[in-house]
Amino acid sequence: MTTAWAPITEPNATETPSLGQPAPRPAVPVTSDSALAEQYLEISMGPQHPSTHGVFRMNVVLDGERVIQLKPVFGYLHRNHEKIAETESYLGNMPYTDRLDYICSITNNWAYALAVEKLGGIEVPERAEYIRVITGELTRLQNHACLLGFLLQDMGASGTPLMYAFREREKVLDLFESLTGARMMCNYLRFGGCRVDLPAGWLDRAKAFLAEFPRFLDEFERLLVDNEILMERTQNVGVLSRELAVSSAISGPMARASGLNYDIRKADTYSIYSRFSFRVPLGHHGDVYDRYMIRFLEMHESVKILEQAMRDIPAGPIQNPAVKARLFRPKPGEAYGRIESPKGELGFYLISDGSGIPYRYRVRPPSLINLTVLEDLCLGRNVADVIAILGSVDIVMGEVDR
Amino acid sequence: MSRDRGSRLLGEGIIKGLAETARNFFGSYVSKQRLTTVQYPEERIPQDESFRNFPFLVYDGSDPEAGLRCVSCQICEKECPPKCIFIEKSKDKKPDAVGKPQFYPTVFDIDVSVCMSCQICVEVCPFEAIKMDVKYDYPTESRFAALLFDKHQLTKSNDYYHQIHPTEASAVDAALAAEREAAATKAAAAAAKAAAAKPAATAGAPGTATASAATSTVTPPSDTTAGEPR
Amino acid sequence: MELEILKSEIEAAIPDCRLEIVPNPAPSAQHSLRVAPEHGLAVAFFLRDSCQFDFCTNVTGVDWPAKELTEKIKVKQLVDGEEKEVDQVRKTTVPGSLEAVYHLYSVERGLGPLPLRMRTTDRESGVHLPSLTSVWRSAEFQEREIYDLYGIVFDGHPDLRRILMWDGFEDHPMRRDYVEPDDYEYEPTAHDEVLARAKEHAAKANTV
Repeated sequence: MTTAWAPITEPNATETPSLGQPAPRPAVPVTSDSALAEQYLEISMGPQHPSTHGVFRMNVVLDGERVIQLKPVFGYLHRNHEKIAETESYLGNMPYTDRLDYICSITNNWAYALAVEKLGGIEVPERAEYIRVITGELTRLQNHACLLGFLLQDMGASGTPLMYAFREREKVLDLFESLTGARMMCNYLRFGGCRVDLPAGWLDRAKAFLAEFPRFLDEFERLLVDNEILMERTQNVGVLSRELAVSSAISGPMARASGLNYDIRKADTYSIYSRFSFRVPLGHHGDVYDRYMIRFLEMHESVKILEQAMRDIPAGPIQNPAVKARLFRPKPGEAYGRIESPKGELGFYLISDGSGIPYRYRVRPPSLINLTVLEDLCLGRNVADVIAILGSVDIVMGEVDR
Repeated sequence: MSRDRGSRLLGEGIIKGLAETARNFFGSYVSKQRLTTVQYPEERIPQDESFRNFPFLVYDGSDPEAGLRCVSCQICEKECPPKCIFIEKSKDKKPDAVGKPQFYPTVFDIDVSVCMSCQICVEVCPFEAIKMDVKYDYPTESRFAALLFDKHQLTKSNDYYHQIHPTEASAVDAALAAEREAAATKAAAAAAKAAAAKPAATAGAPGTATASAATSTVTPPSDTTAGEPR
Repeated sequence: MELEILKSEIEAAIPDCRLEIVPNPAPSAQHSLRVAPEHGLAVAFFLRDSCQFDFCTNVTGVDWPAKELTEKIKVKQLVDGEEKEVDQVRKTTVPGSLEAVYHLYSVERGLGPLPLRMRTTDRESGVHLPSLTSVWRSAEFQEREIYDLYGIVFDGHPDLRRILMWDGFEDHPMRRDYVEPDDYEYEPTAHDEVLARAKEHAAKANTV
């Protein structure tokens, strides 16, 4: 793809850290003058709102159209997932992880399986690793397609780009259905491998899908990328600085759009990602346009990884025979395992007390952490920009609230 | 794509986008790929074989009571994450498909309004007794009571299983047949060994001992093989 | 071990700070550093500025309820005028506490995870810990969540209020001894005959 905006991987700029300086906080220009204060309009955007990506609420204080304060409120989808996990066996928690970030169920399973494998010192056979990478990258493809569609939908392109993106997403979901039995709630990965092997002909169908997918990306590019409305609405809107991104532990495409070169697939090299050659796109400006384009470029990189994985996948077992899924009792200890999910860093922190039920089970949700800076990004912007900025953060309430 | 408009005319990007939309619109009349709408419910997308939705109990043969594979071990009840399976074990035993006396469930209820079709119950069942169904539309008038399926509603035949999941059902049948064969040969070997030992022990006894041993080779598998998880 | 080196560096920089290494027996070998709450802020600033642990990804709470230990010990007692060793059962209560765990990574040096732990004095009134939001901004929402679900009060947090539960909620749900209320405001999943059957089944399972 020839583009003036070619992805680069720039070396990390080493800045001298400031000693003892507190982390940056937003400057909230709220006046104490009561007469003026009465002119401010406080609105509650959500929780039932077509563009807030789920049941999410923002208490916004406006001066005319300008945002001067924004407090996110959530918890409407809180299903006490962590407490339920303290009463279920390790295997029984796997279907619940599907429902965290309900769009990307296989990467959720992967993060949990990785954490448990770290806790129990379990090895995964090679073919299972390749299958995990293939399904994980397919999940990334359909998540980014979803996000592009939704971001544009929120900005007013009422439905058309969304449906084009969903047309491709359907193909991925069909692949998941024939592999795992369910389109979205896959419950596919197990500790030490995968649940079932690839059925006959699945890999060929996946390859055929992959051969056509770049055509969709080009089509999408022609459809929207040069669009003046999009450029006006997203460039220099919601700029996130690199320092703030590091301090707020922003991860995933949102951090990389601000120039933070941190991709967990490259940093931790979990699973077999070190075998694949792919680049990590970085942005310079950290605005909504960069976050949008980053995901676009990441889809291209995912296609590359998929091609390599589907070419090199070996035959062999898909499950570590020493691990029983049922009656799984890891020794006491704790582990923190994380992966690069499509939204950012998805981590699981497990404390085991030696029984078949976790003592403490914690999900580190990328959507929640990425929301920390929502106020910073929206201050001084218009209300319409808030929607575009929120769309570019890419949140799923299932993960924010758990 | 670049961040600024460069030398392009104002509106050129929007027009290019509209051209793409037009291509999709007119293309949907000629190419099936661009027309992805399915006129549900008159037209349905053929379901994939591996699709799963809500479990059911399998029985062999033609009698749902006699051929029921479930021996009420209650492992699926324990492993079910949302705890939507309610089982009550019988007090008596009845012979199963191979003739061995087994417990059976007097009550086997699944609350499908809670069931999330995770198919962990299928995975942990040692007897291939519970499998995933494919029916997804269960419109009912009562919100809760009608979605508590009892044993009668859940029990379906092995032939039905072959209809909905042919490859899986064939594999299960082959596995069960192999298990039965292995158990039968083991029992035959054990009986032959017992028959060989008997004449040595009872030196003066006539051949009645061997005859009785020979007729009892059709014994069902011993206790240890039936209770083992697979 | 690298953690030992880090510990000695911190102790050299911040005099009389109480640190200890909590070993992790699991194969993951992620050993933690426990710091006393009064030195938490100073240690955190040192880790961020001098050791470049600038990425605090995960802040979570753990509940360690009070444990009762029973042990048999031999005690010398006067029995019938003779000194003998008698078996006695001694019960000790290990007081419970709440814990905050911070997982730290270094983006530039590629290090991590370093779990940093702080324990409260007890689970009733002594539940104050210093807030590390001024060190790592990512702790803001997560410390609010710990306050909401566990009850640890973070001193110095800019906006400490409930985040997942609604504002009028009382009690802290993730604690091990949390009892859920009987009067649900919403409809439970099972209802009518189904709920009755589930309850009678549970009752039977408990008595069997």
